[in-house]
Amino acid sequence: MKEEIIISGFGGQGVLSMGKILAYAGLMEGKEVTWMPAYGPEQRGGTANVTVIVSDEKISSPILSQYDTAILLNQPSLDKFQPKVKAGGTIIYDSFGILERPTRSDLHIFEIDAMNTAAEMKMMKTFNMMILGGFLKLHPIVSIESVMKALKKSLPERHWNLLPMNEEAIRKGMDIIKAI
Amino acid sequence: MEEREVLLMKGNEAIAHAAIRCGCDGYFGYPITPQSEVLETLAAEKPWETTGMVVVQAESETASINMIYGGGGCGKRVMTSSSSPGVALMQEGLAYMAGAEVPGLIVNVQRGGPGLGTIQPSQSDYNQATRGGGNGDYHLIVLAPNSVQEMADFVDMAFELSFKYRNPAMILSDGVIGQMMEKVVLPPFKPRRTEEEIAKECPWAATGHGLKSRQPNVITSLELQSEVMEQRNLHLQRKYKEIQEKEVRYEAQHCEDADYVIVAFGSASRISQKAMDMMRERGEKVGLFRPITLWPFPEKEIHELASHVKGILVVEINAGMMVYDVRAAAKYSVPIEQFGRLGGIVPDPDEIIEAMEKLKK
Repeated sequence: MKEEIIISGFGGQGVLSMGKILAYAGLMEGKEVTWMPAYGPEQRGGTANVTVIVSDEKISSPILSQYDTAILLNQPSLDKFQPKVKAGGTIIYDSFGILERPTRSDLHIFEIDAMNTAAEMKMMKTFNMMILGGFLKLHPIVSIESVMKALKKSLPERHWNLLPMNEEAIRKGMDIIKAI
Repeated sequence: MEEREVLLMKGNEAIAHAAIRCGCDGYFGYPITPQSEVLETLAAEKPWETTGMVVVQAESETASINMIYGGGGCGKRVMTSSSSPGVALMQEGLAYMAGAEVPGLIVNVQRGGPGLGTIQPSQSDYNQATRGGGNGDYHLIVLAPNSVQEMADFVDMAFELSFKYRNPAMILSDGVIGQMMEKVVLPPFKPRRTEEEIAKECPWAATGHGLKSRQPNVITSLELQSEVMEQRNLHLQRKYKEIQEKEVRYEAQHCEDADYVIVAFGSASRISQKAMDMMRERGEKVGLFRPITLWPFPEKEIHELASHVKGILVVEINAGMMVYDVRAAAKYSVPIEQFGRLGGIVPDPDEIIEAMEKLKK
């Protein structure tokens, strides 16, 4: 198993931490992982993105030309990374604020209405976990248990009361993702 | 027995944790992207409460390097870290340390230049690091990690080499390795050396006890008598020759049966590895040679390599620096081309494959 993923959106959407939790969950399962952020000025308002690789084998490059899966949370990210998904690969996008939907016919395309759902459920802070849930529904490369362990490891103890809310978000994401 | 947990962290964080664990006595540094996590992690870990390691945010890079000069002169394991423009400011201090034979560790998490340049990754300080960026005939020992694990492992190795040869050592990393997170197993704890141990292992050090037990030690790079200064330089040159003979480190992958070989270090070697794997999958016999010590440079090994390949592609994230060392080592016996991106752009595997296609033509 090897999955090469780009996660991209606006700074502040939790793109980097979603990637970190995914990488951490991979580590919990003894897999090889890399997490490579675009740490440039684009974090301030433009697109923030992170490349996450989870693999059974040792990982060579943390920098990729093409991805198996692109998780795209705004229009600029969709425009930028749609051409870089491997044929037969997957795009997951949040429909919020998307004017031009993905057009490639050689990909598996999924929409997840997480922004609106999280807002309705007053769970905006777990928006990124909802997206992660949607991804894991399609590609269960790590278990929910490992994700929860990863969250527990990376959240300070005073925030452990938020763990159930995160799990709820993950499961909600699994419910609301749909094929286009 | 101490549990050695597999952790997920950034290269910069690994440097900080490794420093605390390898008996480092002091860190002196000034924040700069993309290496600020080194200082931040040390501040969060508060090693002064555990191992007694001192951590100081200096007022500038010039101050940091001179604090290292002072600490190293006392036989202490001291270090600093910075990124390219900050390391440029340290060159005077580095030349003084090399001249006075003071050990110490400098970590450069490179970003694009020249000048303030960009905060994105680059490898364009290769010449500065390997030639000795300050004045005079000197060299640093330069290690180039290509993973978070090596960021952790090279800290102790750099200190050991630095003290063995009484010469400043540099870990030459870049924004990719500094910022990426990977699995890492931190090195086992090693206590800081006691005053007695320092006095025994570093008889040259200024430990504050000279008048009682021995003649005072003097730490200086200044010598106004040219005859004496020449002898001192010749001594340094002999030392550098010994380092070149004994301390070359490298990694070779698929080089035995290769028609073409990529030579790359640090993050460029990781990206090149992917390019190599992709070309190998298509049946192309491509190898990868990675210098781990950039100085001393693996000259003999590259010379040998050049004798059985059709061409060499040097991949480095600059406009062509290491390529001159590779050409000289290969004695211009085969076509050798360079590929790199500039200004903070990191090449991707496809671009490297394209460059290889060009070389083959």
